[in-house]
Amino acid sequence: MSDTHSQTVSYVRETMLPQAEPPVSNRGAILWLRENLFSGWFNIVLTLVSLYVIYWALAHTLPWVVSGIWNAGSLSECREIRDATLGEGASAACWAVLVDRWQQLMFGFYPSELYWRPVLALVIFLAAIAPVLFAQVPRGALWFTAVSPFVMFWLLWGGSAWFPVAVALGFVLGWAAWRALAPMAGTLVAAIVSAALPIVYWFYTAGPLARELEQVVGIGIEYVPSQDFGGFMLSFIIGIAAIILSLPLGILLALGRQSDLFIINKVSVGFIEIIRGVPLIVWLFTASLLLNYFLPPGTNFDLMLRVIIMVTLFAAAYIAEVVRGGLAALPKGQYEGADSLGLSYWQSMRLIILPQALKISIPGIVNTFIGLFKDTTLVVFIGLFDPIGLSNAIRATTEWNGIYWELFVFIGLLFFICCFSMSRYSLYLEKKLQRGHK
Amino acid sequence: MKKSVLFGALTVTGLVAGAAQAATLDEVKERGELNCGVVTGLAGFGAPDANGVWEGFDVSVCRAVAAAVLDDPTAVNFVPTTGQTRFTALASGEIDMLARNTTWTFSRDTDLKFDFVGVNYYDGQGFIVPTALGVSSAKDLDGATVCIQTGTTTELNLADFFRNNNMSYEPVPIETNAEGQQQYLAGACDAYTTDASGLAATRATFENPADHVILPEIISKEPLGPLVRHGDNEWADIVRWTLNALIAAEEYGVTSANVNELAAAPGSNPEVNRLLGTEGELGAMIGLESDWAKKAIAAGGNYGEIFEKNIGENTPIGLARGLNAQWTNGGLIYAPPFR
Repeated sequence: MSDTHSQTVSYVRETMLPQAEPPVSNRGAILWLRENLFSGWFNIVLTLVSLYVIYWALAHTLPWVVSGIWNAGSLSECREIRDATLGEGASAACWAVLVDRWQQLMFGFYPSELYWRPVLALVIFLAAIAPVLFAQVPRGALWFTAVSPFVMFWLLWGGSAWFPVAVALGFVLGWAAWRALAPMAGTLVAAIVSAALPIVYWFYTAGPLARELEQVVGIGIEYVPSQDFGGFMLSFIIGIAAIILSLPLGILLALGRQSDLFIINKVSVGFIEIIRGVPLIVWLFTASLLLNYFLPPGTNFDLMLRVIIMVTLFAAAYIAEVVRGGLAALPKGQYEGADSLGLSYWQSMRLIILPQALKISIPGIVNTFIGLFKDTTLVVFIGLFDPIGLSNAIRATTEWNGIYWELFVFIGLLFFICCFSMSRYSLYLEKKLQRGHK
Repeated sequence: MKKSVLFGALTVTGLVAGAAQAATLDEVKERGELNCGVVTGLAGFGAPDANGVWEGFDVSVCRAVAAAVLDDPTAVNFVPTTGQTRFTALASGEIDMLARNTTWTFSRDTDLKFDFVGVNYYDGQGFIVPTALGVSSAKDLDGATVCIQTGTTTELNLADFFRNNNMSYEPVPIETNAEGQQQYLAGACDAYTTDASGLAATRATFENPADHVILPEIISKEPLGPLVRHGDNEWADIVRWTLNALIAAEEYGVTSANVNELAAAPGSNPEVNRLLGTEGELGAMIGLESDWAKKAIAAGGNYGEIFEKNIGENTPIGLARGLNAQWTNGGLIYAPPFR
């Protein structure tokens, strides 16, 4: 037993030293730099080259962006101001074109005193999708979501308020027919009647009904024809309408393609393959050109509506294939488990299969939506004034002839914001749903 | 009119048999609006301004027709058409007339079943080159790289021109005029070729227009004019003679400033009197009121005024009258007599 202990030996510390920081070269930013950027001669070279490339790119674009001119009436005026303030031939953007025309790029030719209407419609849209997108919002708000398309339609196009009401009544009619017939006549008859009744109603009754109501109690706001729609608003309306309409249609098509019923299966396969096998631009030309030949002369089938229908069908075919991928990824046991519980086809789909399949398909669905949203710029080829089309029109005026990058940078920024938010939401959703199979 | 989009769509699908098409004039009057096909944007010829109001050389023809028929130059529904959609839009009845720098060719007039009612601009294909290239004639362009829009008549004209002159060239295909300007400025090609009016408009937008020169050779004929579809000759007459009225007005010195004064009472020139309806019954012969031409001229001025305002030498586009001068001044612009 030794009695040696710390108090008796002078070269032994009496207390623990407090933890010291690692040396400067081994911590913080320097460590990170050393480990990630300068860990060997090859990485050092790569880092230096990359830094130079980044510097070079920024050195060429930043002065152009930052020293841009915001107040001018035309491109030549821009150039004069630039020559006066920055010197002859300096690099400077002419952002003045955006100041002059941003409203047109956003709203097209929509009457400027009515800009509040599309803005309000956008607010309603954001409020309406909140209950769909985020589970925290109370479920009761879904009623608002169901009503909102009619309100938005009325706000955007205006006219008599009775028209969207009359159209909405068609859905109520179909629902009522379903509730009344389903217990008595079986689901097949009920489904056929509840689909056919609203269509007949829309053809023959909705129009006169809306006119009658309008004459009794006139509620209306100024009508804005489709051709006044343009700019980013047009892209947004076509994109959003197609996204919302194509999802249910795509799911139905995917189920149809999986179906054992011969006709439904073949019709779904044919639809998907034909629509998907032809480029979107061809469908747009079909919408704008061919339909004109088939329709009786003098009829006015709104071009924007034709485009929305075509883009919806196109997107639905893609969504169907994405969802089919999700359905195929589910183990067979899930289908069999649903059957063994005695669930009907629709019950098993709604409660067991689709929630899982859709969860798997989220990245693919959002990917399709982002692609679809950007594809709306193709309408420029059939003479609609989307932002790209407007940039051509703006360039055709004498003031702004010869301006390119400023407009494209602005349009690109707008699309990036929308597409980036969609992609962030899909990431959020994936995280929240915590898919088990990773 | 107020009844909306969806109703139209729904009723339309129900209608299978088309009603017999009424005369275009009656349709336009009933609608209260002229559906006029225009370009989606071409400097000087047609573009919407910051307030969405259409302006331009071709647009003025639409306005003149609307003024003659409906007494309101703003009663025009401008339908923007692209190179691909313009003919279908006209053939299908979506538009009543097309005023969209369209070249009058044999096949368009016959095979496509349209009627060109006249020529409002005589264009032709030219070349622009940097002054530094030291070229003074298109014949010196042997071996040059040329920016050229694909799928247009300009492409074929270019090939013909170089073959006729035993020269070679390297085409740099581009899709749009805007792209062509950028490629040319970036030095991707030695020369850029398109319609001479377009070249002038393009050159006007350059930072240093003096560094670029438009070569004197014009290698093709491009008579541009408004057109209507076959089958309604009365309507074609109205559009044709509205254009002629604008041209004749310049010849006889009738301007937007003095037209009201001249139309107030018969003057000394019988041709002017017949044109403005103070003498004779010309208006009734085409189903319009007697002062139709007066309204058309008052809308935007006579042919010369429209030219000067939109594409003339005092505009940034700066086109000289050249071939488009009145025949009395050595040009080709010529209206048949009003008699």
